[in-house]
Amino acid sequence: MADNVKPRVRVPKTASKDEVITIKTLISHPMESGQRKDKDGNVIPRSIINRFTAEFNGELVVDATLEPAISTNPYFEFDARVPETGEFKFTWYDDDGSVYEDSHQVEVT
Amino acid sequence: MLISRRGVLTASVGLVGLAMLPVAVRAQDAAAAPAQTADEMIAEFTGGAEAVEGDGVKLTAPEIAENGNTVPLSVEAPGAAEILLIATENPTPGVARFTFGALAANQAAATRIRLAKTQDIVAIAKLADGSFVRTAANVKVTIGGCGG
Repeated sequence: MADNVKPRVRVPKTASKDEVITIKTLISHPMESGQRKDKDGNVIPRSIINRFTAEFNGELVVDATLEPAISTNPYFEFDARVPETGEFKFTWYDDDGSVYEDSHQVEVT
Repeated sequence: MLISRRGVLTASVGLVGLAMLPVAVRAQDAAAAPAQTADEMIAEFTGGAEAVEGDGVKLTAPEIAENGNTVPLSVEAPGAAEILLIATENPTPGVARFTFGALAANQAAATRIRLAKTQDIVAIAKLADGSFVRTAANVKVTIGGCGG
């Protein structure tokens, strides 16, 4: 497991019904591409987050498959529609099998 | 023991040669590893169907990226089910593949990517009716982002 992996997500706390909200997510992760070499010339093995998903009350918003070309500390921005009060759940899947999760409550007013 | 200038020179050349040898061998190994080419990835995504150049997908990328390690990129394809992003000249051309669910307000996403050198980025969107549209953007990279 990569060290100090910390997801950060920005979601509004309240929204009106069917409002379109912009979600920004960032997770601290080295995203080692498998292309770099250490000072002895050995290839540093690939270690990246290979998948990211965002769900709202169990329904899919976006599902992204990531390749090594995604930068360190993967950042995503996308828009979601909020039909009701509920919870956004964000999941990141690491190459080593670790899964990082974060969730945010949104209240429809 | 007498050390001649010539002797030292020959010996050092030999040493350098020896040191380079394993690197060369490793480089060959890396090249032999199966990395899908950009065309292969596109063919797999479209299932062999022709992707037409079109307005259905829009790719926003900077014209010049000073740092290839983080190039901001956004892609938008109204009504698309999936979008595939490819950096044609990267050592591994795949960048990302977005699948949009029912609650995605629009079929757009923004992220940051790595680019090894100046190249075209290709975005292919799979539309709801199963057809494919593609677009490309050229990004000039000042410092590549793949290390070593």
